[in-house]
Amino acid sequence: MFAAASAAILVTMALALFRAIRGPTIYDRILAVNAFGTLTVVLIAVHGFLAGRPEFLDIALVYALINFIATIAVTKYVKFSHLGHPLGEDERGDV
Amino acid sequence: MALLADIASWACLIAGSLFAFIGAVGIIRLPDVFTRMHGAGIVDTLGMGLILAGLMIHEGFTMVTVKLVLIVVFIFFASPTTTHALARAALNGGVTPVVDGKDAPSAKSSERTDGPSKT
Repeated sequence: MFAAASAAILVTMALALFRAIRGPTIYDRILAVNAFGTLTVVLIAVHGFLAGRPEFLDIALVYALINFIATIAVTKYVKFSHLGHPLGEDERGDV
Repeated sequence: MALLADIASWACLIAGSLFAFIGAVGIIRLPDVFTRMHGAGIVDTLGMGLILAGLMIHEGFTMVTVKLVLIVVFIFFASPTTTHALARAALNGGVTPVVDGKDAPSAKSSERTDGPSKT
């Protein structure tokens, strides 16, 4: 049963990767990579149960944190072209 | 009782896989980036939540379930935040939403405008 869930997650990851390669705008690619990262977290968790080693959940938790930070960082980089503090002309300063 | 837990776990896993697949088909087929966020939302909430709920039911009350709950809670907070930031970035970056069945707008990701065009 875990193997079937893993196969379904892999097919879903392939579809998300197709959109990430194909996507017309950069935002489509960021969105698809974010969904791909979430599916990777789920795949790591399911694989831990499949292999009988639930210690993989620690890796899944860290991967979820990195995925969130990476998506926010890439979104900010695309909008402002750098990751530093605001330049001063924009009061709000970030996304 | 163990059989009941197994059946519930399998049902959650299958339903979660199905919802994740439906969300990915939405990411492929929907017309522009704002509607594709809807498909990504299905993957991030129903797909991820049901699969991890199935794993929780399989495991019972142990430390593993605590870690699964932590993952679910974090993604439930992180996914709307990411989608909100991405939607604002796309709107400020010149992507106009497709309304009323018109064709998808041409990709102008590098051009910054003042906001969405009011048509």
